[in-house]
Amino acid sequence: MATESNGVSKLKTPEIKFTKLFINGQFIDSVSGKKFETIDPRTGEVATQVAEGDKEDVDIAVKASREAFDHGKWPRMSGFERGRILFKLADLIDQHGEELAMLDSIDAGKLLHITRAFDIPFAANCFRYYAGAADKIHGETLKCTGEFQAYTLKEPVGVVGHIIPWNFPTVLFAAKVAAALASGCTMVVKPAEQSPLSALYLAHLAKEAGIPDGVINVITGYGPTAGAAIASHMHVDAVSFTGSTDVGKLVMGAAAASNLKIVSLELGGKNPLIIFSDADIDMAVQTAWQAVFFNQGEMCFAGSRVYVQEGIYDEFMKKAIENAKNWVVGDPFDPNVHQGPQVNKEQFDKVLRYIESGKREGATLLTGGKAIGEKGYYIEPTIFTDVKEDMLIAKDEIFGPVMSIMKFQTIEEAIEKANNTRYGLAAGIVTNDLNIANRVTRSVRAGTIWINCYLITDINIPFGGYKMSGFGKDSGLQGMEKYLKVKSVITPIQNSPWL
Amino acid sequence: MNMSAAARRIASSISCRSISSVLRSSSSFMLRGRIAGVSSGIQRLSTAAAALEEPITPPVQVNYTKLLINGQFVDSASGKTFSTLDPRTGEVIAHVAEGDAEDVDRAVAAARKAFDEGPWPKMSAYERSRILYRFADLIEKHNDEIAALETWDNGKPYEQAAFGEIPMVARLFRYYAGWADKIHGLIVPADTPHHVQVLHEPIGVVGQIIPWNFPLLMFAWKVGPALACGNSIVLKTAEQTPLSALVVAKLLHEAGLPDGVLNVVSGYGPTAGAAIASHVDVDKLAFTGSTSTGKIVQEMAARSNLKPVTLELGGKSPMIIMDDADIDKAVELAHFALFFNQGQCCCAGSRTFVHERIYDEFVEKAKARALKRVVGDPFKKGVEQGPQIDEEQFNKILHFIKSGVEGGATLVAGGERHGDRGYFIKPTIFADVKDGMEIAKHEIFGPVQSILKFSDLKEVIKRSNASQYGLAAGVFTQNLDTANTLMRALRVGTIWINSFDIFDAAIPFGGYKMSGYGREKGIDSLKNYLQIKSVVTHLKDPAWL
Repeated sequence: MATESNGVSKLKTPEIKFTKLFINGQFIDSVSGKKFETIDPRTGEVATQVAEGDKEDVDIAVKASREAFDHGKWPRMSGFERGRILFKLADLIDQHGEELAMLDSIDAGKLLHITRAFDIPFAANCFRYYAGAADKIHGETLKCTGEFQAYTLKEPVGVVGHIIPWNFPTVLFAAKVAAALASGCTMVVKPAEQSPLSALYLAHLAKEAGIPDGVINVITGYGPTAGAAIASHMHVDAVSFTGSTDVGKLVMGAAAASNLKIVSLELGGKNPLIIFSDADIDMAVQTAWQAVFFNQGEMCFAGSRVYVQEGIYDEFMKKAIENAKNWVVGDPFDPNVHQGPQVNKEQFDKVLRYIESGKREGATLLTGGKAIGEKGYYIEPTIFTDVKEDMLIAKDEIFGPVMSIMKFQTIEEAIEKANNTRYGLAAGIVTNDLNIANRVTRSVRAGTIWINCYLITDINIPFGGYKMSGFGKDSGLQGMEKYLKVKSVITPIQNSPWL
Repeated sequence: MNMSAAARRIASSISCRSISSVLRSSSSFMLRGRIAGVSSGIQRLSTAAAALEEPITPPVQVNYTKLLINGQFVDSASGKTFSTLDPRTGEVIAHVAEGDAEDVDRAVAAARKAFDEGPWPKMSAYERSRILYRFADLIEKHNDEIAALETWDNGKPYEQAAFGEIPMVARLFRYYAGWADKIHGLIVPADTPHHVQVLHEPIGVVGQIIPWNFPLLMFAWKVGPALACGNSIVLKTAEQTPLSALVVAKLLHEAGLPDGVLNVVSGYGPTAGAAIASHVDVDKLAFTGSTSTGKIVQEMAARSNLKPVTLELGGKSPMIIMDDADIDKAVELAHFALFFNQGQCCCAGSRTFVHERIYDEFVEKAKARALKRVVGDPFKKGVEQGPQIDEEQFNKILHFIKSGVEGGATLVAGGERHGDRGYFIKPTIFADVKDGMEIAKHEIFGPVQSILKFSDLKEVIKRSNASQYGLAAGVFTQNLDTANTLMRALRVGTIWINSFDIFDAAIPFGGYKMSGYGREKGIDSLKNYLQIKSVVTHLKDPAWL
């Protein structure tokens, strides 16, 4: 049984400085004057009121972005100069890391010590990485069959819309915004309504770093209003969305119905973690545990389907239960805590509904399965065994601390089961057998394969899905491709000594 | 004047020289050029005035004169020193530790240890990049004193060093810092069930020999990519300009570079340079200098351990002015292409080919521009041209001028020394130069412009390519077809169209033919400092190939 460390810690929550929309370099109220509440998931109480952007606000923001792109200096300065500004922003993120970490923790219930140690440094690294990439955008000169000189130019795509989820607010802001900025784009960012605060803070830092007004605009608000307005805007040239597969379909539909803007989608996952019988079981249990329970299970790349080869299945289960005993759920500001609350009541209820469905459909509840405490949105780390492929908990993305363990016998069976999903975001393999590792790597239809590790994200490594987990990559040099348009230029040449 | 040092210099057959120029952007440079031109009416120094004026005291002190080995400044094993001279006067600036084979051995051992045992190649690329970024910040912080030292040792205009070259050094290190974590090998397809990974690994201990014409820019071109790729280095600076590299190497350590990763050995080519080139424990050699020394260096590499070599050597680059050109602009650009950095650029546009229809007007205007060129103390504001680097170069240039006159070229401007001390030479122009003349064939490496006449495109292509060199070329035309034709027809490593000496960090630079091989700057420069390892793994039942 998981330990509780419930009740709000004594640590003071940060002063919240920015709660308005950020448009054209200014913090302003929404046109309607409306606000929405952002909730502290530790208590369910209101943390602060934030301006609620809608279509009219998006229009103003897009106009500012358009102006900044069409006539402003951002796409017209050298990549090196853009890089210098991004580098400065990275330093500012480091300097204000504590405040940013607190904002994400209070908004999303993320563990403060993890946010400090991972999310914020990752975001700073991300801006540095793309700062160094801004002067390394290369077109190519080409071979032609006739007497022509041809080359490609890689041009910024223009005004980009970013719609960002609540599970890694600062990290995903950084991954999307830094790549788009390095490419020379201007943008309208909509953070999730559950976690709007860090995006506003980052916009403030961006201005301080010297990013010209209008280049980054942040509209806080809801998906069906502000998000939809971005996705269907006629003057937005590309939209990058991270979130659920259902909403991804809406975004792509809106893009198609409006101006056929370029779409990139990072969507859900139901990622297999395949543990072979030659594995070091302790390492395998730890890997599986982190793969599911890290960040409250609120990860699109959570290894939520754990396939264990029959020879070690029983021992694996035994050790997984042991592990649950040492897992501390509680206030995310408490450094001894491993798991905070789910982000909000909706998610909390949804996770509990899935747990009920697992029981109803006949899976064995090995541990957990209940909410913790009276206040806030805490859920016990939950493990089901005897899970069958057609159960809801094996098919749907739960986005919570729920592990489903399944047994397999042969490598062929593992591959087949792993691919038996509409998703294809990531997969994990635990084995020391080189042939197994290589075979599964090529066989599983997923965008990231972790071998004897999981959750290793690095700004250099492109991340994105197969199948209904979406398309387009974030991170790495690949992460810039969706913000760049390729222009081919052809001109005749005479008497060339070579072709 | 230290006679023994001078004698050694003259005896030196391996002295590094030659190289190219650099600036943040042509527009900023051209702007400066124009301002200098405008002000020259009042600021111009007559020969007599220059002779009377006392040299300006450089606003910097020489703090580092020893060899830098394993993070420590140390004397040479022999205890010997050599003098580095102020080219304005020929007087001694400082006595510098003179490295020889024994010192190179020590430096290579330190570099070997730093490479084999770490931490440098073993730390993450991101960490390496942070150190290089910090180094760039430190260069920026010390910009003015570094620039002053560069001017003192080299004689180049202080404004060129302070506003162009040293900021460019910081910019180059930021560029390479950004590469450190973006060095990607490919996963390549196989015909059979095999998984093929290509790893780009640092090559190991790198030997680098740099010239005196752009001491710190050449430092950046060489050290930047080698460090970004995770190598350790033994660097030999030119004996004419050993000072600035020691200062920035110190700053690099301040930025967090581990000991032994960069070792700087000051000294002469036939001793220290030869020891590096022929060292069996040096894994790669990069050299910038003359073509004749490049040949020696490559032979040494071959005879010792077959270390791969990259060479940036001499040039005799054509600057082609077509008849559709705006003559005033063409004159200014051709002037800049040749006279920049006292003409001491390996990529200098030293064969100015001008179309016959505009030839006479061009020569007249080029003469007027050359006469207006402000020659004087490089520390003085508005001065465009300082002294040549040393007596050897000074005499060599005067010898070429003499050969031009004797060979029948028309001396239009200059043709003699400027002032009566130091190594100043008047901006010199020859017209009616023929392809067979010495001044049209050889790299003069001084302020001597040769203007040649041509009548059609085919002819100028042929004559431009009739050179043992192939470093760079300039093209001045508004005609797109002409530009495109020349772009492909000229056998050179860089072509500047309606521009010259544009040296962005991302633009590869290097030669065809006897101007050398390998490229510096840009993504291509990384290849010089990487080993490529193919890893082939058999696949059992792969899902796809």
